[in-house]
Amino acid sequence: MKNNKIWAVMRKEFARFFGDRRLVLTTIVLPGLMIYALYSFMGSAMGNMFGTEEDYAARCYAVNMPASAETLLEAGLGTDIEHIGADQTDEYKQLIADGEADLVIVFPEGAEKLFDGTAVPSLNAPSVSLFYNSAEVDSFNAFDGANAVLQGYESSVTNLFDVNVGEEKYDLATDEAAAGQVFSMMMPMLLMMFMFTGCMSVAPESIAGEKERGTIATLLITPLKRSHLALGKIFSLGVIAILSGVSSAVGTILSLPRLMNFEGMNVDASVYGLSDYLMLGCVIISTVLLLVALISCVSAFAKSVKEASTALSPIMIINMLIGVTAMLGAAPANGVMYCIPLYNSAQCMNAIFSFAANPVHIAITCGVNLAVMGILVFLLTKMFDNEKVMFSA
Amino acid sequence: MAKELICVKGLSKEFDLSAKQRKLNNTTEKVKIAVNDVSFSVYEGEVFGLLGPNGAGKTTTLRMLSTLIKPTSGDALVDGASIVTEPDKVRAKIGFLTSELKLEQFFTPDYLFDFFSELHGVPSDVAKARKKEMFSRFGIDEFAAIKVANLSTGMKQKASLVISLVHDPDVVVFDEPTNGLDIITAKTVTDFLLDLKAEKKTVMISTHIFSLVEKLCDRVGIIIDGKMIACDSLAAVCGEMNLEDRFFELYRTVKGAE
Repeated sequence: MKNNKIWAVMRKEFARFFGDRRLVLTTIVLPGLMIYALYSFMGSAMGNMFGTEEDYAARCYAVNMPASAETLLEAGLGTDIEHIGADQTDEYKQLIADGEADLVIVFPEGAEKLFDGTAVPSLNAPSVSLFYNSAEVDSFNAFDGANAVLQGYESSVTNLFDVNVGEEKYDLATDEAAAGQVFSMMMPMLLMMFMFTGCMSVAPESIAGEKERGTIATLLITPLKRSHLALGKIFSLGVIAILSGVSSAVGTILSLPRLMNFEGMNVDASVYGLSDYLMLGCVIISTVLLLVALISCVSAFAKSVKEASTALSPIMIINMLIGVTAMLGAAPANGVMYCIPLYNSAQCMNAIFSFAANPVHIAITCGVNLAVMGILVFLLTKMFDNEKVMFSA
Repeated sequence: MAKELICVKGLSKEFDLSAKQRKLNNTTEKVKIAVNDVSFSVYEGEVFGLLGPNGAGKTTTLRMLSTLIKPTSGDALVDGASIVTEPDKVRAKIGFLTSELKLEQFFTPDYLFDFFSELHGVPSDVAKARKKEMFSRFGIDEFAAIKVANLSTGMKQKASLVISLVHDPDVVVFDEPTNGLDIITAKTVTDFLLDLKAEKKTVMISTHIFSLVEKLCDRVGIIIDGKMIACDSLAAVCGEMNLEDRFFELYRTVKGAE
């Protein structure tokens, strides 16, 4: 009988939410889609930004350039290099600064000797100067290309040893470890944000909104217990917030490899096993319930949905900062740290994504989060019973 | 003697005034006494009217009886249950109707009737029969599947009334029953109150409309500035005069004494 009423409140919240197609679309379908589209776009846009168009011919100028170096550089850069006089150097440097030219190469006097194979290594080696503009992508790429050609030539004539020139696979990180690093850096922070926004999209509307529209009073004069109203709301809003969070998380996991632009690296979420996902699920459920309870309490104090959103923005920033802590290094080993609500969630997720999850820490985290939720439910129950909170005009 | 279904004893309610409200009301007092030591009884099967001007404390009294707000001092028993210590029991016994209680715009009257029946713990077969009866009585049946947002004002109020009474309460408390209703809907409501009276339900209304009290009420309590000035049967309160003249006589006495 008792639980039936909690269930009745939950069913009403579900009917309200799932009966409204627009709400379902904007809360559950769109976040995942938007994140997927945005991250994929950002990934390919960043890839383009640091690449030059393929048929671009860099505007390169050289002083004292020996013929053999010219052949090498023109082959390497894929463009003709124009000879200029030493007295024109400053003029062309200005052109580079203005973005009108890409690269000026200044060889020392008598540079021919450096390229005819007769030079010997010396501590006072002459210097070749490459002038470029790092703010211009084309200029920077020309510098990069010329630098590689010249350094390569220099090391080939004075070769003592080479580093990593074979076809072998030198980076011995497994796909799993590489994925772990990427996911553990990004996902805990993102998930903390997604969970919060998921709760934000439903809880203020359901509590402050009902207050604002006067429909909460209609519920309060029924024999429904305040605690049952609080629990019914928090459970149902928690389910909806989790669905919203899952949508965002799936969008992120699918698009993260594109965002980070890993060429040929198999970075995807299939590296995590069932137990990882189970632990993650426990952490997420306990965190969402805590967040929903927290946001519901703040919303119950607010006079309107708008006021609730304003009051919640500082909490949102704190939540985001807590998420950022998970980006900064490994999860703490001390179990006491897992008694801090929300911080514990971020750190547990960090550990899970880096394959370093500690079941004891996860149990502490879930326990603490649920205990804090219990306190907040009690508080919300008291607020539902308080006329000054419920009928503040 | 009939059973006392509502027994109000020394009920008082004070509201804190903010600095802004004090300035507006041109007063230095920090609290406003909305209801001041009010006592009265309502007997089983009668219609009791609380008559008074705006701001006299009628609605505050009814909100305390319906457990929406708590009294500052005093108590009231509704069918033996205290509004202070047993609000859950009181809520199960009374139906409170007021324009303050809104229905969620998104849902249909049909859905809301079922939902509130469940909250009141009405068995589903009983709720179904009652829904059919009440919906046809108030002409809601053809609008039962339309969202509250799309109903006319009168239909919204009728739906709200029906939903406040899903549990067929023995005590019906009705704040300003005909306020804001068109003449047809107002007539439906007053007829319904007479039907409730015929069914031996106990009804308490608040109003500032003399004719409504004369038409419906067995007994009347006149409340001015939070104080109960007179409370008795209509005949005993009025004597030889009509209710309107008697009310203004009392009103002048109270205001003149200040």
